[in-house]
Amino acid sequence: MSLLRVDGLCKEFGGVHAIADLGFAIHPGTIHSIIGPNGAGKTTLFNLITGVYTPSAGRIWFDGVDVTGRRPSDLAARGMSRTFQNLQVFFNMTALENVMVGAHLHLDRGFLAALLGLPRIRRADAALGDEAARLMRFVGLDDFIGASADAMPYGALKRLEIARALAARPKMLLLDEPAAGLNPTESREIDNVIHKVAEQGVTVVLVEHDMRMVMEISDHVLVLDYGRKLTEGRPAEVREDPEVIAAYLGGQG
Amino acid sequence: MRFLLRPKTGGLAILAAVIALLPLVLDNAFHFEIAITIGFNAIVCVGLNLLIGYAGQISLGHAAFVGLGAYGAGVLTASHGWDPLAAVGAASIGTGLLAFVVARPILRLQGHYLAMATLGLGIIIAIVLNIEDQITGGPDGMLVPPFSAFGWEPSDERQWYWLVGGFLWISVWLALNLIGSPVGRALRAVHGSEVAAEVVGVDTTHYKVLIFTVSAVLASLVGSLSAFYGMFITPNIASFFNSIEFVVMVVLGGMASTFGAVVGAAILTLLPQALTVLEDYEHLIFGLILMGVMIFMPRGLLPTLAGLRWRRRR
Ligand SMILES: Nc1ncnc2c1ncn2[C@@H]1O[C@H](COP(=O)(O)OP(=O)(O)OP(=O)(O)O)[C@@H](O)[C@H]1O
Ligand SMILES: [Mg+2]
Repeated sequence: MSLLRVDGLCKEFGGVHAIADLGFAIHPGTIHSIIGPNGAGKTTLFNLITGVYTPSAGRIWFDGVDVTGRRPSDLAARGMSRTFQNLQVFFNMTALENVMVGAHLHLDRGFLAALLGLPRIRRADAALGDEAARLMRFVGLDDFIGASADAMPYGALKRLEIARALAARPKMLLLDEPAAGLNPTESREIDNVIHKVAEQGVTVVLVEHDMRMVMEISDHVLVLDYGRKLTEGRPAEVREDPEVIAAYLGGQG
Repeated sequence: MRFLLRPKTGGLAILAAVIALLPLVLDNAFHFEIAITIGFNAIVCVGLNLLIGYAGQISLGHAAFVGLGAYGAGVLTASHGWDPLAAVGAASIGTGLLAFVVARPILRLQGHYLAMATLGLGIIIAIVLNIEDQITGGPDGMLVPPFSAFGWEPSDERQWYWLVGGFLWISVWLALNLIGSPVGRALRAVHGSEVAAEVVGVDTTHYKVLIFTVSAVLASLVGSLSAFYGMFITPNIASFFNSIEFVVMVVLGGMASTFGAVVGAAILTLLPQALTVLEDYEHLIFGLILMGVMIFMPRGLLPTLAGLRWRRRR
């Protein structure tokens, strides 16, 4: 059974069909990449899947449940987590606190207990701090565990978003251009992180322009162009597809 | 200075010491009255700071909640013979419900709709208090019977001082607990990035409504107590200018700093006393302070001072 299924999905922005009649499925435990030229609708698709946007038409099933139109916090509770192409970091907090917010759903969120500062709340928070630090090391942020988020460089913030998303312990992790703006070494480290995440059984959905990365780590590739599915298949098949070559050469020179 | 901001216990100890020692330098009833007023304003600001400084939502109508607390308690005791404590409880529950009902649909939306809605709500409440003179006495105000709780009646300024001082200390303690908890982190996350908070499972509407309601209830409690303390209330308590004054106190002291909110309340309560000759220009001075803070120290007084000190030490 598929973890995510999308059928007849459409999203219009005042006449622009950012996503048009799109259907596909993602199987659990795979690394699934979504590629396409700039403006193809990849980020819009992420926003639709995670509930940030409501579709103009079509349906989305996650883990066997129709989740069309659900709000993001609801989908997070069902096991979806993501990062953003344009950073969405909590700059008013420390790096560690950013990651701790990621575990929000796994904490005691009782208002009265919080107000009274009950010891169990503080104990749970201390344990969570350790877990968050472990996640930061996992994504290679060893040097930033004590840092304030607004003092971190771009590449580190990209990884901070991954750590935060992992703190939610998702079934499916959506990464929107995690390697954009990173140097080749940093980019290989991200490769590594994605591999390790997938090994733990998390389904990874990846949007990335770095073709080396996509072709190396994906089990399955979906190609979008003007909001439509151009083709999909294993990386080797997709790479040979004349339409894909045309779209990339035509679109980006 | 920095430990005033961070380690909770240090700040709470200093606050306790200030509250305990202040009476040594207050030598007449008028001084006590000012200290009590500072306490009342500070409590409202501690609540309002949770909303503005932590959750990043602006309310331009908090004086109206103070007014509802004052008139709720005043009318229930004076005209209906209620027990003061029951009246305080009923007024705060009523205010909390109103805040919840108003905020729920508005806070579903992102952006500054809350500021607009609270502005409108505040003005409406002030008007109602003015024109419903059968109930409220209208612009002439109304008398409020004395306060009593479990047979105890605060008899002089000094006893009121301890009551309000204790209330302030507890409010600060509760606020600090909340901020340091998962709930507080969720609030700050809403401020930092609403969409990022949502996608990790923070129900942003829930938290915004929650903290708005809590801050309204705190304002209402202050309103009720201050009505009993002053024994006389007018609709002026709910005025738009008072709402703005609370916001300026929070912004001056330092957004997202609970002790900053207390300091801001103290400074801006004392200022008009120090500048009685300039009374006519009070609004102007408040406006200038707000602008000055925004331009020269957008983080507010306490965080800015703490930052300077910290940088020098490094
Ligand atoms: N909120 C929005 N309002 C209006 N138009 C939008 C909005 N979001 C996306 N679009 C439009 O939808 C189309 C797809 O944009 P999208 O950001 O999804 O592309 P993308 O594949 O992520 O591109 P990139 O590779 O540059 O990130 C573009 O034409 C874009 O201008
Ligand atoms: Mg994009």
